[in-house]
Amino acid sequence: MSILFVLIPLTLILVAFGLWAFFWAVGNGQFDDLETPAWEVLVDDEPRDHDAEIVAKRE
Amino acid sequence: MKKTGGWRLATGASSGADATGTLEPGRWALVRSAVDTAPASRTTAARDGASAAPTSNLRPAASHCFHCSEPLNGSTLTARIHGRDEPVCCAGCLAVAELIAGAGLDDFYRFRTAPSARPDADALEEDAWAAYERPDVADRFVTRKGELNTVALLVEGLRCAACAWLIDRVVSRMPGVRKFDINAATGRAYVEFDSEALNLGQLLRTIAQLGYRPYPASDEAVAKVRQEERRSALKRLAVATFGMMQVMMFAVADYAAVLGGETMDPQLASYFRLVSLLVATPVMLYAGKPFFLNAYSNIRARTVGMDVPVSVALLLAFVASTWNTFTGIGEVYFDSITMFVFFLTLGRFVEMSARHATTAVTDALTRHLPPMAHRMHSGEVQDVPSVALSHGDVVLVRRGEIVPADGVIIEGDTSLDEALLTGESTPVRRAVGANVSAGTLNLQTPIRVRVTAIGEETLLSGIVRMLRRAQSQKPAIAQAADRAAAKFLRYVLLAAGAVCAIWLAVDPSRAFEATLAVLVVACPCAFSIAMPSALAAATGALARHGVLVTNADAVESLSRVDRVVFDKTGTLTRGEVRLQKCTQLGSVPVAECLRIATALERMSEHPIARAFADAAASSHDADTYRVTNVRVAPGRGIEGEVNGRRYRLGRADYVAELRHDNKADSVADEPFATVTLGGEREALAEFTFSDTLRDDAPAAVEVLHALGIETEILSGDVPSAVSQVAQRCGIRTFSARQSPEQKLQHVQARQASGAHVAMIGDGINDAPVLGAAHVSIAMGRGAALAHAAADIVLIAEHMTALPRAIETARRTMRIARQNLAWAAGYNFCALPIAALGLVPPWAAALGMSLSSIAVIMNARRAARATKDAGSGNGTRRGTGAAGAAGSRHSALTRHAAAATARSTAAVARQNALASAATPQPPAT
Repeated sequence: MSILFVLIPLTLILVAFGLWAFFWAVGNGQFDDLETPAWEVLVDDEPRDHDAEIVAKRE
Repeated sequence: MKKTGGWRLATGASSGADATGTLEPGRWALVRSAVDTAPASRTTAARDGASAAPTSNLRPAASHCFHCSEPLNGSTLTARIHGRDEPVCCAGCLAVAELIAGAGLDDFYRFRTAPSARPDADALEEDAWAAYERPDVADRFVTRKGELNTVALLVEGLRCAACAWLIDRVVSRMPGVRKFDINAATGRAYVEFDSEALNLGQLLRTIAQLGYRPYPASDEAVAKVRQEERRSALKRLAVATFGMMQVMMFAVADYAAVLGGETMDPQLASYFRLVSLLVATPVMLYAGKPFFLNAYSNIRARTVGMDVPVSVALLLAFVASTWNTFTGIGEVYFDSITMFVFFLTLGRFVEMSARHATTAVTDALTRHLPPMAHRMHSGEVQDVPSVALSHGDVVLVRRGEIVPADGVIIEGDTSLDEALLTGESTPVRRAVGANVSAGTLNLQTPIRVRVTAIGEETLLSGIVRMLRRAQSQKPAIAQAADRAAAKFLRYVLLAAGAVCAIWLAVDPSRAFEATLAVLVVACPCAFSIAMPSALAAATGALARHGVLVTNADAVESLSRVDRVVFDKTGTLTRGEVRLQKCTQLGSVPVAECLRIATALERMSEHPIARAFADAAASSHDADTYRVTNVRVAPGRGIEGEVNGRRYRLGRADYVAELRHDNKADSVADEPFATVTLGGEREALAEFTFSDTLRDDAPAAVEVLHALGIETEILSGDVPSAVSQVAQRCGIRTFSARQSPEQKLQHVQARQASGAHVAMIGDGINDAPVLGAAHVSIAMGRGAALAHAAADIVLIAEHMTALPRAIETARRTMRIARQNLAWAAGYNFCALPIAALGLVPPWAAALGMSLSSIAVIMNARRAARATKDAGSGNGTRRGTGAAGAAGSRHSALTRHAAAATARSTAAVARQNALASAATPQPPAT
C-alpha cells in the first residue's frame, strides 16, 4: 500500500492544477456568458485570402 | 479548416458556393439540427449546391414582414435576402434588411430564433449620435489606455443569439475596432477601439443602423460588482466541491474498514487524516469564509443568524478533528465539514443566481437622457454635456428633443410626450411655470427650462433607485422563513448547550459527538433554501418564456390571483393606431383626401400621424404635396395649406370652423377614434382609426377562465370599442370611459370583496391602479417606467404567456410549501435522535445534506415546462402559515411601492391625479 504515499500527493497536485485552471477560466470570463458562445461554432469565419490559398493548393 | 469547410457549404447555399465534396454528414447534422426546424428543402438545396434560397429557421408567414414578423398591412416593399424578394412592412425594416443583406450577412435570418424588433424609421433617419462624437461627451463613458479605448454598451432589441452574431460581425469589421464582446443574454457589450480611427458616435450609429438601440452603459459599477460576486461564488463552489470529493474518498476507506470489521493500518490511517486536514483547511478558510464573516457580524450585532450555529459547528468540528489528527486519538470529522460547506455554498449560489437574473430590467431606464444640453449663457446657446448642468441653469429644449434635467418652464408653451414617465402616449400641455421632468420629449415649440434637479436628484433617477431597491430585497415569504429559522436557531444553540451538559454528566466521552450532531442536524439550511430555490427555478423558467419577474414577491402573489383586470389599450390590443376606414364626405375622392391628410400630418408629432404615414407607405403614393403655413391647435387638430389650398384636419368642430359652419359633419359617434378633413368650403372625409386585437388574446382569456380566474376590462376608451374587444375575447365584465381614479376605486372595491387582483397595463397612466393591485403586470413594449412600477413584465409579445405564468407560480408555491414542510419535519424529527447521541456527526452531515438536496431537486420541478396550459385546473390553493405571514409583509412593502408610484404619477400629471396621490408613510 506504500504506493499510496506517492499517488495521493500526486492526486492533490492534479486537484490543485484543476482548481487553478478553473480559477483562471472564471477570472478570464469563461463563465460569464453561457449562451452566446454556444452559437459561435455555427458561425463561419470570413473567407480570407489565406483560406483561398489552402484550397487552391489542395486542388 | 475542416469545420470551416463543412460550415461554408451549409451557409454557402445562397451564393451557390463551392465544393459539395467536403460535406461531412456529421457536421451537417449538427448544423441542421441547430439552425433548421424544417430541414427537408434546405438539405436538398445544400446537397445540390444549388442557388435555391434556403428556408429560414424562423420564417414569417407570407402576409407578415420578413424582418419583424409584423403584419404587412398592404405594404408591397421587398428586400432581397438569400437571392429572393422577401416582403417587409415598412421603410425601416427595408433599410435594415438591405443593410444586413448588403453586408453579406443574410445568414442572420437563418440563425435567429425570434423575429427582429421593428426599427423606428425616425430613429434610423435622425442622427442622435452626433453628440457622442465629441470627446467631452465620449469621455464620460470611455476608459482610455493610451490609444486604446474601452466602452461598455447596452444594446436594446436583442431577441436571440443571432442578433448578437449580427452586431458582432458588423462591429468587428469596422476599422479601429480591436475587440468586441457581446452577451446575448444581457445585451451588454464591451468594445475596445482605437480612438484615432473611430469614435463613440460612429460606433453607436452603426449599431443603430442595424435596427437595435445602443446606449453607453452608465451602470457599469453595478454590473461589475454583480460579475465579481458571481465569479467569487463560483470559485468558492469549486474549492468546496473538489475538497469535498477528495476528503470523501479518504473517509470512504475508513468507513469500509469499519463496515468490514477490520482495522486500517495505523500508519495509513494517520496519513489519511493528515491529508484530509490538508484538503479541508482551504475548504474551511476559503469556501467557508463568508459564513464565518457573517456569523461574526451577527454576533457583533447581537443577533443569531443562520451562520452562527453553522460557524460554531464547523469550528468545533475542525478544531477537534485537527487536535485528534495530531494526537492520533479519537474521531476526525473532515468529511462532515467539507460536505457541510459544499452544500451551504451551493445553496447560496443558487440564491444569488436568482437575484441576479431579475436585475436586467433596471438598465433600460437609465438610458433615456440626452448626452448634450443647450445651455443659455448671456444670451447665447452653448452645447454642454448634460452632466455639466447645475441648478439654476437655463436650458433650451428644441422641438423633438428630450428634456435633460428636471426643471420649470420659464419661456414657451408646448406639449410634451411623457410616455417614459407615465406611459401615456397622448401629449400633455405644459405652459410657463409648469414642471417638466428629465426624459420627457418636447413635441411642439422650443421651451426654456430653469433646472431644478440634476442627475441623481431627478424623478427618473429616483424611480430607478426605487426599482433597484425592490430588486435587491428578499421575497417577503423567504424573509418570513428566515425569521422563523432565526428563532429556531436560538433554541438550537440552547438545546446544544443542554445536550452537552447532560451528556457530560452521563457519559463525558460521548458529549462532544452528540453536541456536534445536534448542531449539524438542527441547522435549518434546507428550511432557508426551500423558498429561494423554488423561486429561482420559477423565475428562470418564466424568463425563458418571456415573463420577467421584477418583484421578489410577485411569484407568490401571482399564485393566488383569482381575477385578472385588463387595461384594454396595448394589452389585449396591439396598442398601435391603424387607419381602418376612410369615408368620403365631400366631392373629393378618398385616395386624394388620404394624400392631403398624410401631407398635413407629416408636419405633426401626433400618434395618428404615424398611422397616416403607414397607410400612405402601403398605398405607395409618391409624396409630391407641398405643405405651407402649418399651424397646430393642440388637442384639436392641424391646419395648413396643401398645394395652395387651406385644409384642416382634426376634430369635427375644429374643421367646421374653417368654413364658418357650426354644424360638425360626422358619421360616427366616437370622437376619439375619428378625425375629419375639411377645406374652406366643405367637409371632405372622415378617417376612422382602430387598434388591432392581439391574435392570441381570446385564447389566453379562455385559458384563464379554465384556470378558474375571472377576467375583466377597465378601459378609458369609448364603450363601443371596449365592448367589441370584450366580446371578441370572451370577457363578460367590462367598464369603459374609466378615469384613473375610477379604476382605482373599482379595483379596491374588488379587493375589499376578497378578490386577489392582477392588473395588466401598458403604462403607468394607471400607476395608482397598478400600485393598488396585488400583482401588477406591464407589457414589454409599454413605457419604460411602467416596468418600474410593475411586478412582472411580459417581454414575450403573446398573451398566452400570462396564464402559463400563473400556472407556473401556483406550481412553484405548491413545491415551495412541500419544501418547507419537508425541511421543518426533518429538523424536528432528527433533533431528538441526535440529542440522544444516536447520530454520529457524519450521518448528521449526510442527513442535513440529503435534505438540502431533496429540497433543491424538488425545486427544480418548478422550472418544468408546462405541457398543457389547461392542466392547472382545479389546483389546490391552500395557504400555509408561512404564506400568510408572507402576504402580510408583502402588503406592507406593496404599500410603500404604491405610495412612490402614486407620487410619481402625481408629479407627472399634477392636477389630474392629485386626489389619488394621497401620500402614504413609507414602510420600514
